[in-house]
Amino acid sequence: MPDPDLTDVNLPAALPPTADLPEPSKRLELADVGEWKRVSPKYVLVEIVGTIVNAVVVCGGASLLWLLLDATWAMWVGIVVLVLSIINLIFEPRRVRSIGYLLRADDLLFRRGILFQRFVAVPYGRMQLIDITRGPVARWLGLADLKFVTAAATAGVSIPGLAEADAESLRDRLVELAESRRAGL
Amino acid sequence: MTEPAAAVPAPLAAPRTDLTDGEWHRLHPATPLLRGGIFMVAIIGFIVANLRERLIDLFIGEENYGGDPIDEIYQRGATGWALLIIAGILLVILVAFYLSWRMHTFRVNGEVVEVRSGLVFRSHRKARLDRVQGVNLARPLIPRLFGAARLEITVAGQDGNVQLAYLGSKLADDLRRDILHLASGLRQARQPGTAPDAPGALAAAAQPLPGDSAAPPLIGPPTAHSALGDFATARFNEFRAPELDPDAAPPESIVRIPPGRLIGSVVLSGFTVFLLLAGVGLIISVIAGSSGWVLVAVLPGLIGSAGYYFSRITKTLRFSIAGTTDGVRVGYGLLSTSSQTLPPGRIHAIKVSQPILWRRFGWWQISINTAGQTSGRSSGAVTSTTLLPVGTLADVEKVLQLALPGFDTDAHRALVENGMLGGRKRDAGLADFYSNAPARAVWLRPFSWWRTGWAVSGPVALIRRGVLSRDLILVPLARMQGVRISQGAVRRRLRLASADLHTVAGPVSASLSVIDVEEALVLFEWMSTGAVRSALADTSHHWSRTATPVPATEATE
Repeated sequence: MPDPDLTDVNLPAALPPTADLPEPSKRLELADVGEWKRVSPKYVLVEIVGTIVNAVVVCGGASLLWLLLDATWAMWVGIVVLVLSIINLIFEPRRVRSIGYLLRADDLLFRRGILFQRFVAVPYGRMQLIDITRGPVARWLGLADLKFVTAAATAGVSIPGLAEADAESLRDRLVELAESRRAGL
Repeated sequence: MTEPAAAVPAPLAAPRTDLTDGEWHRLHPATPLLRGGIFMVAIIGFIVANLRERLIDLFIGEENYGGDPIDEIYQRGATGWALLIIAGILLVILVAFYLSWRMHTFRVNGEVVEVRSGLVFRSHRKARLDRVQGVNLARPLIPRLFGAARLEITVAGQDGNVQLAYLGSKLADDLRRDILHLASGLRQARQPGTAPDAPGALAAAAQPLPGDSAAPPLIGPPTAHSALGDFATARFNEFRAPELDPDAAPPESIVRIPPGRLIGSVVLSGFTVFLLLAGVGLIISVIAGSSGWVLVAVLPGLIGSAGYYFSRITKTLRFSIAGTTDGVRVGYGLLSTSSQTLPPGRIHAIKVSQPILWRRFGWWQISINTAGQTSGRSSGAVTSTTLLPVGTLADVEKVLQLALPGFDTDAHRALVENGMLGGRKRDAGLADFYSNAPARAVWLRPFSWWRTGWAVSGPVALIRRGVLSRDLILVPLARMQGVRISQGAVRRRLRLASADLHTVAGPVSASLSVIDVEEALVLFEWMSTGAVRSALADTSHHWSRTATPVPATEATE
């Protein structure tokens, strides 16, 4: 792949001119990387509870402002938040299904999002630490979030909604992989 | 706490310090005074403020200071008590200073640098030498006058630095060299008595042992020479040539910045534009007949901005950058000087940029991301991430050669130059080495789409972007922490995506805001495999071990 030879650098020449092709796919999709591992379907509940709590708090505050202080703008804020939350709730299951991760030979792949898609690749050797956290709802469902922290400013990879046993075995596996591929800072 | 000879400036003849013997050593005896300097100034200021009326009276002779504390004391006949209290406080301060100096010790061995300090709350800091991100030798103005310097060993993470403040100037130089040698993986040959005449010189220069010293050593830095004249000459020489490094490779800077260019670059900054806009706004508001309070509110800011220009200029005056065997050495500062050594492979991202105001002059700036940031003063932090405050195209090329060894063939140079100046529009006929954003990206980047592109050359990824401020970003793949591609609703419509190369925190963010979808996938593959491969091939954490294996084996006892 990356080659010190500069003749290889000229990537666009290798690619077909996209303008003349019959409409290629607009979506980001990594081809043939293998089977993505999905997070537990129960994680939808965690997200739903989070969205509802959020909406209740914001709408409650807004209606207080509206009723007590006669602030009409607060009413509009409350309505917008309510509508957004409902839309969120509708798409929640699909969103959770879009979360996936994959252990490749040398790096960890992660994806999430349907409207705002993103793919992240982090080499195992760059691992600084692995964090497992459990929120109240997640703990009740027996789920945990796993965070792969690197030295980078932007947070590394955060995989939510893993079954607790899975999270722990994944952590051990990742630590083991990182040990064998350790790269200094 | 065995050898208290640490505070002695090592004699010039000694090839290296014997501070790296793994024993505990002490810092420069004037340390507490220098560190608490501001505190002392505050106390003196307080006293002077209280005596102000009395001083005025002394010169003008107006009998009008009833009620000031000193007068009160005098009238009540409590002068004796007051003097006693002052003497007591002084004594306490002196003892505290002395004890804090006694308790502040450090040691260096082949593996770690350790510092222990604190009287009541003990702290113990350790930095592993193979994780050293940089060694910074700073001489703030006041300590510099006293011939002292601060040695800061930077390690990754926020506030993880080990500071040796303060050391004798010469000693700090030598210790820096030794630490870098140790960190480079070379085992230092440990000679018992550095040179035939060294033990004698050391003994002559030795401080009175803390055990038998009656008075706390607060009088100032000790010198081997007793004569004040010698002391002054030595200080003067140090002041003139802060980078006396006899055996460190070429101390000569590869870049010269004429003062005119430096001043021009500071004046032609975004800050000036802001200032001019503020000035215009002010004039308009005055003409429009607003009351004088706007002026009162803005004037202090204007005066403060003069201070900003002054500090920016003095800080970057006498900038120097040179390659040594232990990495890139960057020095700057007129009154307070600082010189930072970045071992090979400690640079995580490089940005070559040109604000639009500099374009006419062809000036460029280089900033970098490193894993360890200089702690404390924010002013220091700005300069420690600047590898070139202002320079021409030729200067940029020279600095990049230092920062990315092996990235200096003609082809690489063309790639860099293209990244700085080029773009799809300009180089229609020429070969453009960059993979550019498609024309439909004009919807998102109306001015800069034609020069938004990326390339990978060997172990380095390059990103070209921006037209208001032309940026070229170079990321050594061995240091990259991860790669991300993402796509929102708007970019999906346009069959575009965006890409980010994750690096450690710093002024450089390696992101590409528009890229073709298909190409984003290619970039993702290239970057992720490149990161793994480059890291495997990377050996920079013990940089000398591979370069010179012979002395290493011979020196390990």
